[in-house]
Amino acid sequence: MMFDLRDLYLQVIVDHNKAPRNFGKLAHFNHEADGYNPLCGDKLHVYLDVNDNGIIEDVSFEGEGCAISVASASLMTEAVKGTPLSDFQQKFDTFQHMVTSDLEELPDEEQLGKLAVLAGVREFPSRIKCAVLCWHTLKSAVEDSHQVAKTE
Amino acid sequence: MFDIEKIRGDFPILNQEIYGKPLAYLDNAATTQKPQCVIDTVTRYYEHDNANEHRGVHALSERATADYEAARKKIASFFNARSEREVIFTRGTTEAINLIASSWGGVHIKSGDEVLITHMEHHSNIVPWQMLCDRVGATLKVVPINDRGEIIMDAFDALLSERTRLVGVVHMSNALGTINPVESMIEKAHATGAIVLVDGAQAAAHLAVDVQALDADFYVTSAHKMYGPTGVGVLIGREAILETMPPYQGGGDMISMVTFEKTEYNDLPYKFEAGTPHIAGVIGFGKAIEYIQGIGFDAIGKREQQLLAYATAKAEVFDGLRQIGTAKEKACVLSFVLDSVHPHDLGTIVDREGVAIRAGHHCAMPVMQFFNVPATARASFSIYNTEAEVDTLFSALKKAQAIFA
Ligand SMILES: Cc1ncc(COP(=O)(O)O)c(C=O)c1O
Repeated sequence: MMFDLRDLYLQVIVDHNKAPRNFGKLAHFNHEADGYNPLCGDKLHVYLDVNDNGIIEDVSFEGEGCAISVASASLMTEAVKGTPLSDFQQKFDTFQHMVTSDLEELPDEEQLGKLAVLAGVREFPSRIKCAVLCWHTLKSAVEDSHQVAKTE
Repeated sequence: MFDIEKIRGDFPILNQEIYGKPLAYLDNAATTQKPQCVIDTVTRYYEHDNANEHRGVHALSERATADYEAARKKIASFFNARSEREVIFTRGTTEAINLIASSWGGVHIKSGDEVLITHMEHHSNIVPWQMLCDRVGATLKVVPINDRGEIIMDAFDALLSERTRLVGVVHMSNALGTINPVESMIEKAHATGAIVLVDGAQAAAHLAVDVQALDADFYVTSAHKMYGPTGVGVLIGREAILETMPPYQGGGDMISMVTFEKTEYNDLPYKFEAGTPHIAGVIGFGKAIEYIQGIGFDAIGKREQQLLAYATAKAEVFDGLRQIGTAKEKACVLSFVLDSVHPHDLGTIVDREGVAIRAGHHCAMPVMQFFNVPATARASFSIYNTEAEVDTLFSALKKAQAIFA
């Protein structure tokens, strides 16, 4: 089977690239981190506001990168906003699994929701890191690692 | 006569489809493809002549040695070196520059001295000098460039001083295509007592290089950008300077006498060729040089300028395209950004049309910073490229714009 470019650049991805959600710096945040992909020069910064009940009250990102990395970051912020911080690792793992699994494996749309549109990157190995950079960056923020997140 | 069909036929790799589309290989600045004669030469060496050189008295070793040294001779004459003693084989441009920075720089560059490079250098002509300057307390100075991607010569004149020990300059920029006026830069540098290293990684496949006419102290390049194998390159150095330099690496071949008390080093060029070299690579490099000579730089230059002019004319009228690098003197490189599509998305999209281009910073991040772009898309041409391939590139760009419209 041959993948069409439209499987990678689905309309959702094009839209999120054009008009990224949760873009810009948060007025209130208590975690943040930088992400950098030296190979392509993609740069990302995420801001995270976790409330006293351990819920991700708000999340946002800034930076520049290709359509895949911007759309992925935009979709990620939508996916985690309002969810318990304790669920983050599982979301991270599910996403990571989706973009690295065999092509035959259908994405778990129930778990992934809209994030499933990024399953197409599996067909484009050099672009997988574009999709996961934001997740690694958010992980750094969650863990307060103070290290620039990289995908390698 | 430039026979494009015959030339394309010399390169077996070109005859293939990528995702069902004919391959248009436009990433020649990264590495060129290899003609059948180079592939055959390397294969033949392993099938018939493989042995360690300079070490055995048996027939195979003598053949390997003879072929290796014959390649050196060919390369010496190709670049018009004064003698074969000036021709040192390395792993490539990067290793050649590191050799110079470490061996020559280690002896001649002291605290307070300056190394002068340009804003359009490849990382391989930046980082070794930064490392050296940090180690010895010298200063790295950078000649600025203008909006067309040309060296600002007035600034070069002003930065050049009696503190300048070495000028490092790229002959042809891989990120911009600019061909620099190295001859006049060398003359000026010599007048203030500095020596000059020319990075010829890109230039050597496109222009005739005469190291004596240029009066270059060091000229370095890589075989893989001139239709030869990867993992081999050359440093051509002025003998009088090479003689003052300590070895770069110690080991076999670079010695004439070893005891535990003392080692006497071998003569040039072997002093700088420690260990078993890439023998097949060097022999293949020699064949690649012969291949270039067979076509000749007059024909190559004319054809490549024609193709660049064709591509540039298309780029100039393409909506939303900004060229990065519009020097008056340039060759074979079309670097650009589109206002609606990020270079990496572009790279992926045109790949699906069979078009291989490079998207990224091209190991020249300071150039990206100067033009204020995170990356560029770069199509780079060679003798085997055609106008039809350029057309394919531009229709692929249109497709990319349509996806993001
Ligand atoms: C201008 C320039 N200098 C240096 C290099 C480094 O060459 P190599 O990687 O073969 O050592 C390159 C190639 O990427 C180049 O284009």
